[in-house]
Amino acid sequence: MQDSLKSTSYQQLEQKSKYTNMFLRWFLYFILILFASYFIFPLYVMVVTSLKTMEEIRQGTLLSWPSGLNLESWAVAWGGRGYGAGDTFLRPYFWNSIKMVVPAVFFSTFIGAMTGYVLTKWRFKGDQWVFLFLLFGCFIPFQAILLPMARTLGVLGISNSVIGLVLVHTVYGIPFTTLFFRNYYISVPTELVKAARIDGAGFFKIFFKILLPISAPIIVVTVIWQFTQIWNDFLFGSTFSFGEAAPIQVALNNMVLSSTSVKEYNVDMASAIIAGIPTLIVYVLAGKYFIRGLTSGAVKG
Amino acid sequence: MFKWLEKNLPKIVMAPAVGLIGWFVYGFVLWTLYISFTNSKILPKYELWGFGQYEKLWASRKWLIAVDNLLIFTALFLIFCVVIGIILAIFLDQKIRAEGLLRTIYLYPMALSFIVTGTAWKWILNPTLGIQKMFRDWGFEDFTFDWLVDREMAIYTIVIAGVWQSAGFVMALFLAGLRSVEDEIVKAAKIDGASLFTVYWKILLPMMRPVFFTSFVILVHISIKSYDLIVALTQGGPGISTTMPALYMTQTAFHKSQVGLSAASAMMMFMAVAAVIIPYLYSELRRENAR
Repeated sequence: MQDSLKSTSYQQLEQKSKYTNMFLRWFLYFILILFASYFIFPLYVMVVTSLKTMEEIRQGTLLSWPSGLNLESWAVAWGGRGYGAGDTFLRPYFWNSIKMVVPAVFFSTFIGAMTGYVLTKWRFKGDQWVFLFLLFGCFIPFQAILLPMARTLGVLGISNSVIGLVLVHTVYGIPFTTLFFRNYYISVPTELVKAARIDGAGFFKIFFKILLPISAPIIVVTVIWQFTQIWNDFLFGSTFSFGEAAPIQVALNNMVLSSTSVKEYNVDMASAIIAGIPTLIVYVLAGKYFIRGLTSGAVKG
Repeated sequence: MFKWLEKNLPKIVMAPAVGLIGWFVYGFVLWTLYISFTNSKILPKYELWGFGQYEKLWASRKWLIAVDNLLIFTALFLIFCVVIGIILAIFLDQKIRAEGLLRTIYLYPMALSFIVTGTAWKWILNPTLGIQKMFRDWGFEDFTFDWLVDREMAIYTIVIAGVWQSAGFVMALFLAGLRSVEDEIVKAAKIDGASLFTVYWKILLPMMRPVFFTSFVILVHISIKSYDLIVALTQGGPGISTTMPALYMTQTAFHKSQVGLSAASAMMMFMAVAAVIIPYLYSELRRENAR
């Protein structure tokens, strides 16, 4: 008797907790989807706005669907309207950014790999201090180096040029690339290197034959991190370049701010998407590596 | 000679990195520090002038507004990013369907530049055609949302955009932290009759202390350096109401040609960052050495 009583109340309890659980599940999904819409909202608005005509923008709301696939503002953002003065468009600046990003990513990654290799596999007295010395470079607010950098670029005759920006981004990327490679190589067994040294392999041979072949993941992380940082940079770009040498983020900002009589929001949004699409594609294709870089290097902000 | 070269090859390979950082980071910071003690205007002067620039800085209304804004922004940015980040991380940790997709959505703003997202937010927040119009067209005719052009409220639009950009990142940090906790601990607590809420509140979140610490350091660091977002969203306006230290520094240097004064403001930023970062680096190194 007692036993059966117990079991019914237990069943009731279980039934009840099932309902609470179901309710909690729904609540959970509701909150998660609510936040997802908050995060997706600006992207959605950017895309639909870029596809509308100005007339549609004035008539409709932020969320309203475009009447058709109107790519005109994209064409204007990328290639201009075809008249001379005051016609700014992104194409040349997009190429500036490519010309800046490719060498800067290559050099900073290469230097970081070498430095990380020495710091972990050819250790010397005080190497920890050298690491700390380099690491601190991740944290400095760049405002503290802007003035002397501007003068240095002037003295070197490369201010307002893509080459100048390559130099700047290479140098200030080194602390991060070193951090990535050092933390990766430190988990590679040193015995491997020692054995190779006994066999007579030299410094570079060990790097290229033993470490480089297993470095693919960290190279991907580093390249993605550097690419995203340099592509998205605005501070250096806007301080050390203007006019024709400007990278795309600076050009985008100038385009949006330029006060023509009529503000063309559709062109602005198309421009913003064009400036954001390369890093967005990388993120979607290689999100895992992007997040790995982010969690170990995000101190830069 | 060859022997020497071979023996010192590792150090020679290190040399460029150390030299570049020594010159471009340490040398440059020292140069800025020195200039902040001079009366430099358009061109740097090298006679020492004492603390004059710092006195001028802290007497400047614009700088005080910038510091004020920085404090407001940092406090709100921290609170909202951490609260949203933790909620999302805990909720995502409940064996959710389409977790990968949701995570991708929460984190994609981190892949975009502040100029891109600032441009988007500027359009969304603009009163004539943005959110305000949307609600009015929906029938809420008195709905007003014009923070972007309101001196008192404009700083909060920067918080909205900043939180939107960085909250997903805090989520990623906490999710990684929660996933690294052994399942056994949670199971044991559940067998002891602890509710899910208790498990998180009493056991898991206290274990996340290092993650809190890391998020704090990174977020404060981001907020001290915030520059792009303000340029894209408000250019420091309306008036000078949304100026922040980073913007003050570049404007003073490159528009007003007050090199000494801007160097002083840069050094203030440097010290603020150092005050957060040095304890962090210290504790990280200790943790690494303890391993």
